[in-house]
Amino acid sequence: MSGAQKAARAAESRDIRNRWLLSAPALLIVIVAAVGPLFVMLLYSFMVKGDYGDVKFGQFSLDGWSSVLFQRDIFDDTLGLADAHLAIIWRSIKLSFLTTLFTAILGFPTAYFIATRPAKTREIWVFLVTIPFWTNLLIRTFAMQQVIRNEGLLNNALVWLGIIDSPLQIMYTDTANLLGMTYVYLPLMVLPLYASIEKLDFRLVEAGYDLYANRLQVLRRIVLPLVSPGIVAGSILVFIPSLGAYVIPRVLGGGKNMMLGNLIELQFGAGRNWPLGAAISITLMALVMIALLIYVRNAARSGAGHA
Amino acid sequence: MSAEQRQRAIEIRGVSRIYGEGEHRVTALSGVNLAIAENEFFTLLGPSGCGKTTLLRLIAGFDFPTDGEILLHGEDIAPLPPFKRHVNTVFQSYALFPHMTVAENISFGLQMLGRPKDEIKTRLDEMLELVHMTAMRNRQVNQISGGQQQRVALARALAPKPQVLLLDEPLSALDYKLRKEMQVELKRVQAETGITFIFVTHDQEEALTMSDRIAVMSNGEVRQVGTAREIYDQPSDRFVADFIGESNFLEGEVTTVSETSARVKLSSGVEIDASLPAGKTPSGKVTVVIRPEHASVGEPGPDHLNGTLEEAAYFGTDTHFHIRLDSGDLFTVREQNVRSVRDQHRKGERIAAHLGPSAAQILKDRS
Repeated sequence: MSGAQKAARAAESRDIRNRWLLSAPALLIVIVAAVGPLFVMLLYSFMVKGDYGDVKFGQFSLDGWSSVLFQRDIFDDTLGLADAHLAIIWRSIKLSFLTTLFTAILGFPTAYFIATRPAKTREIWVFLVTIPFWTNLLIRTFAMQQVIRNEGLLNNALVWLGIIDSPLQIMYTDTANLLGMTYVYLPLMVLPLYASIEKLDFRLVEAGYDLYANRLQVLRRIVLPLVSPGIVAGSILVFIPSLGAYVIPRVLGGGKNMMLGNLIELQFGAGRNWPLGAAISITLMALVMIALLIYVRNAARSGAGHA
Repeated sequence: MSAEQRQRAIEIRGVSRIYGEGEHRVTALSGVNLAIAENEFFTLLGPSGCGKTTLLRLIAGFDFPTDGEILLHGEDIAPLPPFKRHVNTVFQSYALFPHMTVAENISFGLQMLGRPKDEIKTRLDEMLELVHMTAMRNRQVNQISGGQQQRVALARALAPKPQVLLLDEPLSALDYKLRKEMQVELKRVQAETGITFIFVTHDQEEALTMSDRIAVMSNGEVRQVGTAREIYDQPSDRFVADFIGESNFLEGEVTTVSETSARVKLSSGVEIDASLPAGKTPSGKVTVVIRPEHASVGEPGPDHLNGTLEEAAYFGTDTHFHIRLDSGDLFTVREQNVRSVRDQHRKGERIAAHLGPSAAQILKDRS
């Protein structure tokens, strides 16, 4: 090996070492603050629950995991499905899916509108979309409550217009959860959609029209496939926090319409069943990962051949 | 058969396109009239911003005229959306669908027209054959070269058998050699398919070599329509003469007029013969245009354009002599290089431009 080669190799390894050093603080935070607690959660889920919360450290048990889906009958002690948990898991998946769908349906025209404005005014529209982020989530959720409660804006307006006779019960229903989540997570769908529609080459749209595709066909055959990366990104950004939503179902859904986030909180709080809480947390994480894998796979297939 | 006698594929009647209002008002096209015959290779030629692309977009339906009619085989298509016009476009950037293969791109139009599957397949094979892309049918369009993308764009636009094919500077992204090849290719495809081509370009050489007829445009107006020869040999105004090829312009005054030509007394006092513009009998002050290759350098004399040689630029096949005439005008002569006359003239030498017969042409008063 010549001297020059040696020097080059030394410079390269120094370079790599420097990069590691530079990224060390970030890596440390990720390991300590994310991977560490997850590991603790995993451990807790396999322990015996403590009498007043906490776990009996070192005492192994699968009770936490089995009670995610199963429960012992109070009378004959037989193992049956935990209907309440299943209902909550199903509600979380259903509402998250619907939230993703509604934010996409509402977000797409919005993002398309913004992306087709003149460059000068586009930034103003994007800015307007981000305004809700200025306010705390809890406050926005209470604002939603003011709109949909029995004596709220919506019901009062509908009664005043004579469309309904008595107020609609929206609060403390799945509809309330859905409305709240759609409202709160809509910007998370609009922004990535906007980013990918803005990159769309509108000459392709013209080419579509030129080749006898009507508006619907251009949307389905050209625009949607090309902005699919934005749809995927937006869906991920909406679906994941929806699945773990806590504040919104707490305020709008009430006790009857819990979602996974509330169930976890219940187990760590009043339920005093930390192993179960930990097991549900990990179940939630697994659900998110499965959803992500399915989504990314489908997206990769339908989006093959273009970035 | 002349272009006028053949069936008209496209007729543009008094078409204007005005953008914006008030002080932001921009006139992209004003009162354009054109008739393009079936089977014709028709070129819209002009500098950027002259309105040629706007006119093409109006025919395609991506934009709508402020005023006027666009007739496709006698039917006004100006209010129709692009997907209801039997006209297809080859885009400047090709605009191929990046998420589809070559074959999918080419079949797209036929699919949208709802043609039966076996017809689409036959037509697809035909088109792939026509543009020599059969081997590439299953490639993604970003995996093929620029020239191949060009062929796919052409095949995609031709597949639905449009009544008129619009080509928006389709060769401008290709390098010189490929451009030459594609010029020949386009002519061949047009001859084979018999479809009317409307070709937009700013490249005069491309226009002259490929077109049956050319419309020279400037500032949203059509300045002259004619065959390549008509436009080159009898430019109707100074813009056309200046834009197409190189030209010398000299001011003068008509002294006598005969049936086909006139005597023009130039500002230097020299009198020359100049042919008359079509359909106009000039009088008084006129502008005369002389192509550099229609003059030769020679000894000064009373009947010639006398001056001083400023520069002799050698171009391989020919030499450009830039002569400062005694009138102050700069006059260019282009002479083919013959071995024996090499290096005969020196800078600063007294010299004259000798005009060949019918070298000078009087422009319609426009400048």
